[in-house]
Amino acid sequence: MDQELVIRILGLIVVTAPVVLMLVLGATTLADRKLSEETTGKFCQSAIAIGLLAAVAVLALMLAYGTRHVIVDLGKWVSIESPDEDGHLPYHFVVKFEFDRLSVPFLILSYVLCGTIAAFAVKYMHRERGYNRFFTLYALFLLGMVITSVAGTIETLFTGWEMVGLSSALLVAFFQERPAPPRNGLRVWIVYRVSDAALLLAAVVMHHMTGEGDFDSLLGEQPWPHGQSPVTVGQAIIVGSLLLFAAAGKSALVPFSGWLPRAMEGPTPSSAVFYGALSVHLGAFLLLRISPILEKSIWLGAAVVALGLTTALFAYLAGSVQTDIKSALSFASLAQVGIIVAEIGLGFRYVALVHLLGHACMRTLQFVRAPTLLQDYRLLENAIGSRLPTASGPARGLIPSRYRSWVYRMSLERGYLDAMLTDYIARPFVQLFRWFDELEHRWTTFLSGRDSREINALKRSAGRIEELP
Amino acid sequence: MNFWDLPWLEFAIIVPLLGAFCVSRFREPGRAFRFGMAFTGLSFACACLASFGFYWLESGREVAWSAQLRLFGRRFLALDDLSAPLVPLVSLLHFLTALATARTKMRRFSFTWSLASESLRLALFSVRDSHDAWVLIALISIGTITPFIELMNRQRSTRVYVLHMAIFVGLLVVGWMFVDTDGNHQQQTAWATVPLLMAILVRCGAVPVHCWVTDWFENASFGNALLFITPLAGVYLAVRLVLPIAPDWVLTSIGIVSLLTAVYAAGMATIQRDSRRFYAFLFLSHASLVLVGLELHTPISLTGALCLWMSVALSLGGFGLVLRAMEARVGRIYLTDFHGLYDHSPTLAVCFLLTGLGSVGFPGTFGYIAADLLVDGAIEVNLYVGVAVVVAAALNGIAVVRAYLLIFTGKRHVSTVSLEIGQRERIAILTLVVLILAGGFFPQSAVTSRYHAAVAILNTREARTGEPATPEHHTTKPN
Repeated sequence: MDQELVIRILGLIVVTAPVVLMLVLGATTLADRKLSEETTGKFCQSAIAIGLLAAVAVLALMLAYGTRHVIVDLGKWVSIESPDEDGHLPYHFVVKFEFDRLSVPFLILSYVLCGTIAAFAVKYMHRERGYNRFFTLYALFLLGMVITSVAGTIETLFTGWEMVGLSSALLVAFFQERPAPPRNGLRVWIVYRVSDAALLLAAVVMHHMTGEGDFDSLLGEQPWPHGQSPVTVGQAIIVGSLLLFAAAGKSALVPFSGWLPRAMEGPTPSSAVFYGALSVHLGAFLLLRISPILEKSIWLGAAVVALGLTTALFAYLAGSVQTDIKSALSFASLAQVGIIVAEIGLGFRYVALVHLLGHACMRTLQFVRAPTLLQDYRLLENAIGSRLPTASGPARGLIPSRYRSWVYRMSLERGYLDAMLTDYIARPFVQLFRWFDELEHRWTTFLSGRDSREINALKRSAGRIEELP
Repeated sequence: MNFWDLPWLEFAIIVPLLGAFCVSRFREPGRAFRFGMAFTGLSFACACLASFGFYWLESGREVAWSAQLRLFGRRFLALDDLSAPLVPLVSLLHFLTALATARTKMRRFSFTWSLASESLRLALFSVRDSHDAWVLIALISIGTITPFIELMNRQRSTRVYVLHMAIFVGLLVVGWMFVDTDGNHQQQTAWATVPLLMAILVRCGAVPVHCWVTDWFENASFGNALLFITPLAGVYLAVRLVLPIAPDWVLTSIGIVSLLTAVYAAGMATIQRDSRRFYAFLFLSHASLVLVGLELHTPISLTGALCLWMSVALSLGGFGLVLRAMEARVGRIYLTDFHGLYDHSPTLAVCFLLTGLGSVGFPGTFGYIAADLLVDGAIEVNLYVGVAVVVAAALNGIAVVRAYLLIFTGKRHVSTVSLEIGQRERIAILTLVVLILAGGFFPQSAVTSRYHAAVAILNTREARTGEPATPEHHTTKPN
């Protein structure tokens, strides 16, 4: 068996393992035949272990044979086999995975962290009512991460991107009996959906420009990071801006940072792996993937740097005044993501990749350690009989005293970013459509000659099953 | 004459009609349900056999024996590439809706009218030739009567519905009267095309003549509302009557209005306080997206539209059944509070998400590939159409998850009885979920079938108008 075939088989195992996991957990949930906690945990860990081993084997073989770019082409998932005059198929949807210096480290990082956190969650979520729901969504997240990491076309990347988005939003709403988690989950979903739309638009524009959704045609056929994008500067600015927008939504960069602390409503294991490690870095990963496009325009690069540094500064200030540990950690995480984005904009791709990998591992550890750390602090404070001493941050000396309270308030309100999005985008949108709704109400009332929504006046519980004979 | 030469299509149409007469004699709801199920199930089986016969066994050859030939001397109800999967789909929706009717709702859901409507709808979707347009017009016009009776029986206001349907039927008749059916003129006059254009827009619920759809959903029983709307009869009419003869400006007008409707309805779906209005707007947005794909009339966009049509019927059919099941448990659902229903029926919650997200094209569902085809076809013609389609899909996605969170999350709903999903409901909803996922994982055969239908439609259009289609249009039917 030649080396390429072996790598391809391993590549298939990498992708298939989370698919099988998702199918089994999803099917048992749908059929209302939930697996026991023990079976779920073991199955989850086994699938992740198999995927991880395959990913490590891919890396080892690539290093051993000096291969830098392996493509696992599953062929046309769907196509219209009727070529036009030029011999082109009018439509085809190719499923292609790429293993290179960017995707393999990120893939292994995804598997390692998901595996570690899955093992942690088996204990942490023990006897939790939504145990199965948690692991089903977790499997969906893992599948999304794996597909996104090794995607060889923008459509494939979008597939994974959507899965990550949905699983994240539903896990934020995991503790669904309280009102805040569902509200925050919806908020996260809305931002993700907007970011998804930007990514899809980028794919649409890319298709329009190159006729392909293939990364090779957009980023050049050289393996990452040496690709030379064939697009023009104007095209690069359009596609790059859309992708930057998508990355900003996914990685909570300014002005979308408001959803990150809201996402901490979810269970600690998902917070750790999503917002401390993987999900929050997906935007940076996307920017790394499209870095040949960023190189085409200095303005695009400058925009990336500016966005990264603004986010880092904002996150540092906001994180400094947080009073709960998960929010503080999330802003600390965001500050590092901002720096990583700035590094990408400056063209330091390997620095950014190493920074990303290291930061993700460290932050995951901090997140899962957070609940017990508080317990340790309490023990220490009880032992010394007073509060632990706190040191002022370096910003204290830098900010003139007359601005300190303003900066403090601004940081405490998280830069008013959430409020601005609510006041200037969400509320006008809702008001506009409510106005349309009211107009429709008046119109149908006029046409029907009586209140057209008389049903609204009925008792809300009318028709409940308990009240029927 | 072999097994496949039996007139299965005619059986599929006649059986529910006979069923309607039979069931109308029963007063006891349980008995009406059992007999209604038997007739609609039989009709579904016949529709499947007709479709199988068309596709796989006879390669589209006309069946040898036909009651139509004996009675009328010609065959005006038959399957073709477009209708072959639609007829069993419509029949399936009827069968599953009847199957999923909760015992508490059996008294409200009229099996008699449902069976009669099924027969009419199957006949409507079997008219394949625009030369039989008057049959099509007659069937769709008669089909507007049963909802009127439903509203009357429920003592609801009928004025909004009657006004819109009267305009629709009137415009349709007037428009077709001016159509040059002999083919002497390749370009139809404005007297023909404008009324037809407006009739299609009214029936499909385009803004601003969409209010009858929301009004219908608010006032009718959910099951009947679902069955009247989800097969997209208006779109079928557009494909059969308007697309083959309409000049480009008519199609462009339909496209612009549909695009506006898709975005407007998606926006409206995100702010609704009543689950039925939310569903109606979600449906309107998707139906408009199908029309957008038709208007672009390229093979890819048309294939995308036809795929989306099937996806919408399956996904929103399933979504509607879940909502209906929830209503049967807790009454009318308002999207103003969190209802906390997840723990009572996790299966319904999961199906709600799957069907809802399937309709907006979530990966792994048939809607995903349909949306991709549609966007792909749209950007070939106009980039802005592609952008609007993406915006509508994003808003619809937000609306679905918002509704899910409001209905299923929140403080646990307290109930004295079990609100678990029933066995019949489970079968009905899971059937649709399986079809949505199967179409998502193995979409090739469905896409190929829809592509053949798209090419056939474009060929008909080319023959009637003499207008060559867009550059990528292929004039030969692929093998």
